Amino acid sequence: MNPVNYLYLSALLFTIGATGVLIRRNAIVVFMCIELMLNACNLAFVTFSRMHGNLDGQIIAFFTMVVAAAEVVVGLAIIVSLFRSRHSASVDDASLMKL
Amino acid sequence: MENLIALLVAAPLLGAAVLLCGGRRLDAVGHWIGVLMSSASFVFGVILFADLLGKDAEHRTLMQHLFSWVPVEGFQADVAFRLDQLSVTFVLLITGVGSLIHLYSVGYMEHDERRRRFFGYLNLFLAAMLLLVLADNYLLLYVGWEGVGLASYLLIGFWQHKPSAATAAKKAFLVNRVGDMGLSIAIMLMFTTFGTFAFGPVLSHTGDTSEGKLTAIGLMLLLAACGKSAQVPLQSWLGDAMEGPTPVSALIHAATMVTAGVYLIVRSGAIFNAAPDAQLAVTVVGAVTLLFGAIVGCAKDDIKKALAGSTMSQIGYMVLAAGLGPIGYVFAIMHLVTHGFFKAGLFLGAGSVMHGMNDEVDMRKYGGLRKYMPVTFITFGLGYLAIIGFPGLSGFFSKDKIIEAAFAKGGTEGWILGTCALLGAAITAFYMTRVMLMTFFGEERWKNQPTRSPEAPSAEPAAEHHGEHAEPHPHESPKVMTIPMIVLAVGSVFGGAFFSIGDRFLHWLEPVTGHSEGDSPLSAAAVTGGTMVCLLIGVGIAWAMYGRRPVPAVAPRGSLLTRAARRDLLQDDFNHVVLVRGGEHLTRSLVYVDHTLVDGVVNGTAASVGGLSGRMRKLQNGFARSYAVSMFGGAAILIAATLLMRAV
Amino acid sequence: MSAQELAAYSTSTGEAFQFWVLGTVAVIGALATVFMKRAVHSALSLAGTMIILAIFYLANGAYFLGIVQIVVYTGAIMMLFLFVVMLVGVTAADSLKETIKGQRWLALLCGLGFGILLLAGIGNASLTEFDGLSTANANGNVEGLATLIFTKYVFAFEITGALLITAAVGAMVLTHRERTERAKTQRELSEQRVREGKYVPPLPAPGVYARHNAVDIAGLLPDGTPSELTVSKTLRDRGQIRDVSAEALNDLKALEQRAEERLERTEIEPATFKREEASK
Repeated sequence: MNPVNYLYLSALLFTIGATGVLIRRNAIVVFMCIELMLNACNLAFVTFSRMHGNLDGQIIAFFTMVVAAAEVVVGLAIIVSLFRSRHSASVDDASLMKL
Repeated sequence: MENLIALLVAAPLLGAAVLLCGGRRLDAVGHWIGVLMSSASFVFGVILFADLLGKDAEHRTLMQHLFSWVPVEGFQADVAFRLDQLSVTFVLLITGVGSLIHLYSVGYMEHDERRRRFFGYLNLFLAAMLLLVLADNYLLLYVGWEGVGLASYLLIGFWQHKPSAATAAKKAFLVNRVGDMGLSIAIMLMFTTFGTFAFGPVLSHTGDTSEGKLTAIGLMLLLAACGKSAQVPLQSWLGDAMEGPTPVSALIHAATMVTAGVYLIVRSGAIFNAAPDAQLAVTVVGAVTLLFGAIVGCAKDDIKKALAGSTMSQIGYMVLAAGLGPIGYVFAIMHLVTHGFFKAGLFLGAGSVMHGMNDEVDMRKYGGLRKYMPVTFITFGLGYLAIIGFPGLSGFFSKDKIIEAAFAKGGTEGWILGTCALLGAAITAFYMTRVMLMTFFGEERWKNQPTRSPEAPSAEPAAEHHGEHAEPHPHESPKVMTIPMIVLAVGSVFGGAFFSIGDRFLHWLEPVTGHSEGDSPLSAAAVTGGTMVCLLIGVGIAWAMYGRRPVPAVAPRGSLLTRAARRDLLQDDFNHVVLVRGGEHLTRSLVYVDHTLVDGVVNGTAASVGGLSGRMRKLQNGFARSYAVSMFGGAAILIAATLLMRAV
Repeated sequence: MSAQELAAYSTSTGEAFQFWVLGTVAVIGALATVFMKRAVHSALSLAGTMIILAIFYLANGAYFLGIVQIVVYTGAIMMLFLFVVMLVGVTAADSLKETIKGQRWLALLCGLGFGILLLAGIGNASLTEFDGLSTANANGNVEGLATLIFTKYVFAFEITGALLITAAVGAMVLTHRERTERAKTQRELSEQRVREGKYVPPLPAPGVYARHNAVDIAGLLPDGTPSELTVSKTLRDRGQIRDVSAEALNDLKALEQRAEERLERTEIEPATFKREEASK
C-alpha cells in the first residue's frame, strides 16, 4: 500500500468535517466537526513528515494540537455563555446580523 | 510725483468709504465731502498733468507700482498705475466733468433724503473709472471695469422704489455682464498668448503673434467695449438707464462708463492695428451704432431718452474713429473729450429743465421755456450748437476730423463709412434741433395740461405727486446747478478750437496712440463743406417740422420707422424674441432632457441597484452556516482554479 | 515496524491491513459524528475516530504525537466536550431537519465538489517518493521533536504558551458572571412568595414510589395524575419528567397477578397496561 492513502483518508475526513459544520445546527457538534477537520490536517502533516523524512511536519501537528486545545477552551466557554443567555446551543438562533 | 497717481484713485474711494460707512451723522455734510473728494482728485490730476507737460514728449509716462497683487510663479499681477498722455486726458475729463456734476448734484438732489448715499455712489463711480483708466495691466483694468458696472447699477437703480428704475439697473447690469464676459475672455486669451496682462509686454509683442489670435482677442475686446459703451448689439441698456437721476445720466454719458469702451479700444490699439478684421468689425459696429442711436434719438419725446440716443450715436462716432486705426485714435479721444463737455452740459441742462418743470420729461409738454430759464437756455443752446457741429464750436472740430478720417480710410470702406458719418451728422442736426425747438421755443404747451399723454414714459417720482394735476411753474435753477452748466458751456464752445488749432491734441496724444494721415479721396475743405450742407439740411427739416408748425401735445401715430424708433428700433423686442424666448425654449428643453434622460438614467440606476440589492439582501439571511457554505464553495472554486492553472 | 519499512515506497502488508480496517472505521466514526442526532453520540464517535488517528500517527512514526493525541485529545478535549454536552443537556436530541432553504443541498454539493477536487489534487501531485523517518527518528522521536521545539521553533512554542494562558483567562472571563445584586435570603424569598400570593407552602416532594431514583418522577395527586410541581424546574424545562402513573398501576397489576398465580387462580385474565415513557 502506498502511504499516500493516508492523505486520501485525511482529505476524506476533512471534507466530512466541513460538511458537518455546514449541516449541523448544534454548536457543540459544529465544534466537534471542526476538531475533526483539524485532526484530518494533523494526519496529513504527519504523513508529509514521513514523506519528507524530517520532523517539522510533526512539530506543526503538535502546534495545531496546542492551538486546538486553546480554541476548544475558548469556544466551549462561548457556547456555555451563549447557552446561558439564550437557553439554546443552536447556531441559527444567533442570526441577528440581518435586516 | 509718481506717488500722486494712487491718490487720484484713493481720494474718491476714501470718499465713497466714508460716505457709505459713515451713516446718518454725515447726512448734513455728506454731499460736500463727495464734492471735496472728487475735486481733490481733479487737483491731483491737474498737478500731474502739469508735471507731464514739463517733460519731453517721449518721457511723459509715469509709473507707480503699488504692490504685488498675485505674486504667483507664472501668473504675475501687480497693482500698478500708468499715467501717460492718454490716461491723463481721461483723468482730467473724468475728475473735471465729474466734479462739476458733483457740484450740480448738490442742488439737484437737495430734496432727496438719501443724498449722502448718492454722493457715496458717485465717488465710487469716479474711483472705479479712474482705476480703469490708470491701471497698468488688463487684470487691474478689469477690476475698475467691474467697479464701473457696480457703481452704474447702484446709481441707475438709485430710486429703487420705482420698479422701472430697479428693472433698468438690472438690465444695465445684465447687458454689461455680456460685455464683461468678452473682456474676461480677452484677458484669458492674452494670458495664454502672451503669458502676462501688463500693457507694456502685451502691446509690444503683437508683432510676433499670429493674426488669428489677435483677431480673437480684438473681437472679445470689442464685445467688452460694446457692453460698456452701449454699442450695437449691446446698446439696449442705455435708454433705460435714464431711470437714474439726471446727474447720473450726465456722468454715465459724458465722463465715465460709456467712454470706457473707447478707452479700451484705443489703449489696445496695438492689438487692433495687427488684426485688420477686428478693426473692420469695430468700424462697422461704430457706423451702425452711429445711425441707430441717431434714428432712435429722432423719435423720442422724452428729453433724456432723446439725449441718450444722441450719446449712443456720438459714441458710435468715437468707436468708428477708434476702428480706423492710427488715422482715428486721436480724433476718437478728442471727440470723446469735447463730447464730454457738451453732453454733460446738455444733460445738466435737461436736468435743470426737469427741475423747473416738476420733473416732467415729455418734451411735448415743454415749449417756450427760454423766457423762464435763460441760463439753462443759453448753456443748453451752446451745447446744442457744439454737438451739431456749428462752425467754431468744439463739436465742429472733433466731428469733422472723424468724418475726414473715415473718408481717409480709403477704398470702398472709406466711402461707406464716410457717408454714414455724414448722414449721422445730418440726423444729429435734425434731432438736436428738434429737442431745442420743442423745449425752448414754440407755444407754452405746459399750460392747461392737467393730464399726461399715454405715450409719455414714466417720469421721476415727484411727478407722480404734484406734476399730474398742478400746473408747473418753470423757474431757473439755483446757482449751484447753473455754475457747472456755465463752465461746461464754456468748455463746449472753446474746447474744440483749443485742441485743434496747431494740432495741440494730436501732438499731445501721438506718442501713445500713434498717428497717420491716411489718403483721403476728398480734401478737408470738401468734407467740411459736405458736413455743413448736411447740418443745414438737418436743421432745416427740423425747423420745417417743429419750428414752423405747432408741436402736437399728443404724439401723432407717425410712420412705421418712427414707431419702431420710439421703441428703440425694436431692440428690446429683438432681445426678447431671440434671447429671452430662445433661452426659455432652451431651458424648457433642457429641463425636459434633465427630467427624462438624466433623471431617467439616475433613477433607473438607483432603481436597478435597489432592486438588485433587494435580491442580494435575501442572500444575507444572517445564518452563519449560510455564510460558511459560501466560504466553503469559494475554497472549492479556488482549488479548482489552482488545479486548472496547473493543468494548463 | 522497522526503519526499513518506513522508508519504503509501499508499506508492509500489516500496515496496509491495519489502514484499510481502521481507516474504514475512522470514516464511519466521522460520518457518525456528523449524522448522529444526539451530541453525546457524536462526541463518542469522534473520540473513536481520534483514537484511530492516534494509531495512524504511531504507524507513521510519530510516536510522541500518537501518545499526545490520545492523552490530550481523547483524554482532555473530548472530555471537555462531554462535560459541556452534559451541561447543555445530554438527552436533548437535535432535529436534523433543515431549516434554511437549500442549505443542505448546497452543503452536500459543496462538500462533494470540494472532496473530489481535494482527492484529485492529491492524486495529481505524484507523491510517490517517501523518505521515511529512519534518519530523523534515529536518536528517538521525542528527542528529535524536543530538539526542534527548543531550537528552531522556540519562539512559536513560547507564543503558543502565551496563547494557552490567554485562552484559559479568556474562558474564565467568558463564563464568569458577576453578581450585580445581593442574593436574596431565604426569609426575603418567603416574604416575597407571600406578598405575590403564589404557592406559599413548601413544594411537594417528588418520587413517592421509592423503587425509582425518584428525582425525575412526578409525584401523583390523589386522583392518580402526576403533578409537575414535584419535579425540579431544570428537569421540567428539559422535558425529562418520567410519568410513572401508569407504571405504578402496572406494577400493582403484576403483583396481583403473581399473587393470584401463587394462589392458583388462573381464570382471571390479567389486564396489561402499556408502559409509556414521557419523553419529548
